[in-house]
Amino acid sequence: MATEILMPALSPTMEEGTLAKWLVKEGDSVKSGDILAEIETDKATMEFEAVDEGVIGKLLVAEGTEGVKVNTPIAIIGEAGETMAAKAPAPADEAPKAAEKAPAAAAASAPASVKVDRSPDWPDGTKMKTQTVREALRDAMAEEMRADDSVFIMGEEVAEYQGAYKITQGLLDEFGARRVIDTPITEHGFAGIGVGAAFGGLKPIVEFMTFNFAMQAIDHIINSAAKTLYMSGGQMGAPMVFRGPNGAAARVGAQHSHDYAAWYSQIPGLKVVMPYSAADAKGLLKTAIRDPNPVVFLENEILYGRSFEVPDVDDFTIPFGKAKIWREGSDVTIVSFGIGMTYALEAAEKLAAEGIEAEVIDLRTLRPLDYDTILESVKKTNRCVTVEEGFPVCSIGNHLSAYIMTHAFDYLDAPVLNCTGKDVPMPYAANLEKLALTSVAEVIEAVKTVTYR
Amino acid sequence: MPPRKTAATTAAATGKPAANVSAEDLKRYYREMLLIRRFEEKAGQLYGMGLIGGFCHLYIGQEAVVVGLEAAASEGDKRVTSYRDHGHMLACGMDPKGVMAELTGRIGGYSKGKGGSMHMFSKEKHFYGGHGIVAAQVPIGAGLAFSDKYRGNDRVTFTYFGDGAANQGQVAESYNMAQLWDLPVIFVIENNQYAMGTSVKRATKSPDFWERGVAYGIAGEAVDGMDVLAVKAAGEKAVAHCRAGKGPYILEVMTYRYRGHSMSDPAKYRTREEVQEMREKRDAIENVRQMLLTGGHASEDDLKKIDKEIKDIVNEAAEFSKESPEPDLSELWTDIYADTAPQDA
Ligand SMILES: Cc1ncc(C[n+]2csc(CCOP(=O)(O)OP(=O)(O)O)c2C)c(N)n1
Ligand SMILES: [Mg+2]
Repeated sequence: MATEILMPALSPTMEEGTLAKWLVKEGDSVKSGDILAEIETDKATMEFEAVDEGVIGKLLVAEGTEGVKVNTPIAIIGEAGETMAAKAPAPADEAPKAAEKAPAAAAASAPASVKVDRSPDWPDGTKMKTQTVREALRDAMAEEMRADDSVFIMGEEVAEYQGAYKITQGLLDEFGARRVIDTPITEHGFAGIGVGAAFGGLKPIVEFMTFNFAMQAIDHIINSAAKTLYMSGGQMGAPMVFRGPNGAAARVGAQHSHDYAAWYSQIPGLKVVMPYSAADAKGLLKTAIRDPNPVVFLENEILYGRSFEVPDVDDFTIPFGKAKIWREGSDVTIVSFGIGMTYALEAAEKLAAEGIEAEVIDLRTLRPLDYDTILESVKKTNRCVTVEEGFPVCSIGNHLSAYIMTHAFDYLDAPVLNCTGKDVPMPYAANLEKLALTSVAEVIEAVKTVTYR
Repeated sequence: MPPRKTAATTAAATGKPAANVSAEDLKRYYREMLLIRRFEEKAGQLYGMGLIGGFCHLYIGQEAVVVGLEAAASEGDKRVTSYRDHGHMLACGMDPKGVMAELTGRIGGYSKGKGGSMHMFSKEKHFYGGHGIVAAQVPIGAGLAFSDKYRGNDRVTFTYFGDGAANQGQVAESYNMAQLWDLPVIFVIENNQYAMGTSVKRATKSPDFWERGVAYGIAGEAVDGMDVLAVKAAGEKAVAHCRAGKGPYILEVMTYRYRGHSMSDPAKYRTREEVQEMREKRDAIENVRQMLLTGGHASEDDLKKIDKEIKDIVNEAAEFSKESPEPDLSELWTDIYADTAPQDA
């Protein structure tokens, strides 16, 4: 049976090319792998090989011909002894026909988000206890490890040393070396091993001594963990938690002070959590461990030692995507998360003394993000200030500003202002470090600007 | 350039299959290797027709590596590899139709058309990708082995990577932890002599890749990757080592890719003679063919029949990959999270 040999596409972008040279002539026998011709693409001269065995019947395009479109028949190949006439060149267009219908509006955008959830995190009258963020995180992991044997923790100094920041205190004693695993200093490698273990059906908690060091592992967090569910068409993903302290501690300089909130929040496929209080740290970490997706859980060293009231119950979780309103107010909305909440809450206290009532929203999770709670508040106050310690360019605050502008433009009485860290590497000197972070004074000033006071 | 380390007299050279290999087995390896080759040739053709886009890395020339090692694997063992993954998928029993339809970006593909040539997976066949980042699959393979060790079963994970990947830092990191924790992982270095356009000797002064494991205490060896029986024998040794709880094993399999690195590689970094030499004198499929014929295990007609069967399977896969529709537009927004729909940001 005679078949046409078509002008091949020889690169991802090639649409036409020059048939530079024929290396066979009519009547030649060829077999798979024999070089038929040299073809010049926009980038290079490539050899074009035979796929089928047969005899070259006719060369349809002369060598030296320029601008030969991909899929144009260039030769006829057939079995020995066959006579071959050129078929009338059929429109050599086998390009996909399917799904050519106009994109349905519904299909072309993400499903609408859920509505505002104002339910209390725990019922009134729940017995409470005072705990540090550190203890709350440890309890969250211990409870989930008791409940599910597939949960384990790995990282540097998590076992025998009891945690570089003592978050894993006591876990080795209770769960043993099978499930509480000290790694060598090898972030890229153990993050990848964690992802592999998650593909294999386990639920790893990968602790980074700090998130600064996770930059060596970010390829596995993003390319291996976050994208696999999609790339596998839903067949497999990485149910796991990457956690550790994030952002500035105190006086540790530029390489140990980076806030990655905005970085990870950009990635579809990741969930991103950044708790402020101990109750949220506990409830959200338990949710993170149970979540069937990769979760980046950003803690803060300065908050580890802070105490909060935590529900004293057996099983307490906080859902993702539900912001917490710490303080109600009608004059301005202050949106923050993580350690940013310390500035937001203190500024709100001081502003109240001056007669400005701020509503303070703690996002708690950045992905998913509770847009509805923000919009509802902004529609009430008509003004918004965001607060975070991270860099200003492409910050979470920038994103929220754009979102509010798009969805509540007519409600705004002033531009949304972003309080962020300064656009400089973190300095060491105490006075400069203070200046590099945002501050209560900056938040107050921003609020006064948007309230025209 | 012939592979640097090859046994002087391999089974292929003598025309006699090793004593423990039956004629049936030999025919099976022939069939499996041929399926990969014909499938890849067809993929190249569909690429030329614009039906396959982007990057497409063919496995032609390296078939004996994955067929030999799959012959040493048992049900439940895992495998993970790079973007040069079509051969691995066919060899572990994935459906050629689903693989080809993924190459053409159709709903009938293993990833519903959302992964492409470099990113495919099959939970059912314990195939964990399909990874586009050079060497990222290496710690992932160690992690898969970790999950088996954690559960206390005796499964092993075949972790395939190239000579180029072998120079990545995360390979060294993985060796160290795999040996530290006795992980049942076989690191398979598919040394096809080139990483894109960079030959091994232009990338390292320590070209005996398997020997790097010695620094970590990992056992290993180099194998003639153009000899499917030698690969199988080495694979069985490696599997036995891992199943016995002795930790990882490194196999450096000396092989060669006949085609360019990807479809758009003009391959100016090596001579046509070098490629022809390998194709004509060392081809793994031709070697087995000769063994079957000279050993009297199969006639020309028998082999023609196999060739025809394979051709039909590949043509059927190609047809399926053209007819399967493109994914519905709503698929853009699925499979981002396992539990929830994505948010509209
Ligand atoms: C981290 C990374 N760097 C570079 C590339 C681009 N790239 C893709 S394949 C390749 C060569 C890899 O060669 P090798 O590991 O020998 O595997 P082979 O292609 O020969 O199978 C390069 C440089 C990549 N995909 N990922
Ligand atoms: Mg290579």
